[in-house]
Amino acid sequence: MLRRAVEELSTGSDSDYSKYWISWFLSSKGNEYFCEVEEDYILDRFNLTGLNTEVTNYGQALDLITDNLESDDDIQDELRGSLDVQARLLYGLIHARWIVTARGLAKMLEKYKKADFGRCPRVLCQSQPLLPVGLTDLPYEKSVKLYCARCEDLYSPKSSRHGSIDGAYFGTSFPHLLFLVYPHLIPPKSGPPDVSAGQSSEGRRVAPGRRAREELEGSVTEGVGEGVSTAAAALKADRYRPKIFGFQVNEIAKLQRWQEAVRDRSVRSLSSNRVPLTFLSPFPDKWVGWRT
Amino acid sequence: MSRLQQSSSVDPSQEELEEEEAVSGEGDEVMGEAEDGEGYTSSTPTSTLTWISWFCSLPGHEYFCEVSEDFIEDDFNLTGLNAMVPFWKEAMEMVLDVEPDEDSARVPDVSIVEASAELLYGLVHQRYIITRQGLQAMADKYENATFGSCPRVYCQNCYVVPCGRSDVPGLDTVKLYCPNCHDIYVPPSSRFQGVDGAFFGTTFAHLFFQSYRELAPAPFYKSSTAASSSTSAARSPRPGSDGGQADEETFVNPNPYGGQKRAAGKVYIPRIYGFRVSERAKSGPRMMWLRMRPEVAGELDTVDWRGRWVDEEGGSEFEDDEEEGGDRPMEDFDPVRTGLECISAEPLLQV
Repeated sequence: MLRRAVEELSTGSDSDYSKYWISWFLSSKGNEYFCEVEEDYILDRFNLTGLNTEVTNYGQALDLITDNLESDDDIQDELRGSLDVQARLLYGLIHARWIVTARGLAKMLEKYKKADFGRCPRVLCQSQPLLPVGLTDLPYEKSVKLYCARCEDLYSPKSSRHGSIDGAYFGTSFPHLLFLVYPHLIPPKSGPPDVSAGQSSEGRRVAPGRRAREELEGSVTEGVGEGVSTAAAALKADRYRPKIFGFQVNEIAKLQRWQEAVRDRSVRSLSSNRVPLTFLSPFPDKWVGWRT
Repeated sequence: MSRLQQSSSVDPSQEELEEEEAVSGEGDEVMGEAEDGEGYTSSTPTSTLTWISWFCSLPGHEYFCEVSEDFIEDDFNLTGLNAMVPFWKEAMEMVLDVEPDEDSARVPDVSIVEASAELLYGLVHQRYIITRQGLQAMADKYENATFGSCPRVYCQNCYVVPCGRSDVPGLDTVKLYCPNCHDIYVPPSSRFQGVDGAFFGTTFAHLFFQSYRELAPAPFYKSSTAASSSTSAARSPRPGSDGGQADEETFVNPNPYGGQKRAAGKVYIPRIYGFRVSERAKSGPRMMWLRMRPEVAGELDTVDWRGRWVDEEGGSEFEDDEEEGGDRPMEDFDPVRTGLECISAEPLLQV
């Protein structure tokens, strides 16, 4: 449904195709990463605390996105353009707060399962679906990036349309909170990609919304099991080994052995209870400090 | 042309040279290349577009470089390929723009020869790009960013090179290798989905960065903040202290055969509301090792060829029993052991 609207609304200009600002915004091209923020959430002023200092013309922008702008006539054309920019900013900032709520996470999970955010470009991640993430929570700093839960790394969006979206509209916490809340969806480090993510786009689940959410709560089969520790998950991860005529390249092989030794030590320390907490720090410099 | 150069190097009489020049010149102007002669000769300069440059200009073929015709004409370079390419002779003629013989009527369809020519060119290309000339041709394309840059954010748009996952055609499409993260990626555009990875081969990408070491990022990295706090890098030539322009010039990898470019070594740390996700959490970071680099080059030597730490005094308290097990895994094998040792012994066997 959304797709169709995107195709028909090729430009970002206003149209009578959709009468609500939010559905117009979501259906315009380039905004595929955003999910719908429920109106109740926006109307609760507590959720918007502090945003009035971030957004100029806050009141009018809020009225615009909630379709409460009284009459379009008393707004001059030049103001209308800037008001639209402010409304997008406001919606983005609300969106960043919304997607870390329980309902927001569930909505983004739907999009994740449809691979709306694209798939990991890393060959050995086998088209793992991605999640949007920001590098900072402040607007106008960094554009949105994509997080792959399999290689746990960040990638730039393929299309420049998405590459220009502000990362603050998704925030730094969202993907990590998602997997904290839904640990059974943590993808395995090897093997074929997450089953549910691949199949759902083919229409195994037709009904969106609440029923689908219940279904996916129940589908614990994929990913790592509920009670299983993920400490040793990295041991199964595939990696690429550069070779010249079948022989490994010396310096790269050395680096890869070092990386794997770091991995093995971290796996050991995680599986052991005898290890002081300082060994658990993921900071590279702490590893150095530990041995010296 | 090649014939001329060859004969002049053997120092023939001036007469012969002139005669040959005259003959080939006449052929070019009047009769065209078909008349030009025996075997596979170079296409004439008068032809506007050779098959090779046409092929390399097709959409999706941007990664290919133009293989010099001298290379294709040398039969030694083609050893073994005729068994892999159907309609060898016709494909050869097409690639080299030679007019087909009259008896080539046995070819049922020109599109079949087209496919053979593409396969032939691809396989020759795989061999050509690991020669000195081919590497240089690819280096020119590399510096023009023809192959694009790494999609990984912390590789900071490091340029990538095409590579294959197999040297045998028909198995997998072309991938892109990033020298900074030593990983391979799917090309961003779907038009490269039709390009066979074997046309670039498994070796080229790595031989390329061995040949052009100034383009290869070094295997160690020190962030500018860490440099000020730590003093362990006193011996090595201060890889990344202030990030000024003077540093760019002074960067040296102590390993003369290693990468000589400053690496982009930042690793992503997942955070929730500004706090790092604990490794103890189920969703905690598990893959940071994949992108980590030591701070100084010498630290790479702290891991031996089996993938074990050379001096283990820091971690020896819980690794003693594991060390014994590593030496004689079969004799020491004990089913009553805890899961801990089993897990830690696994990577040793793999390495």
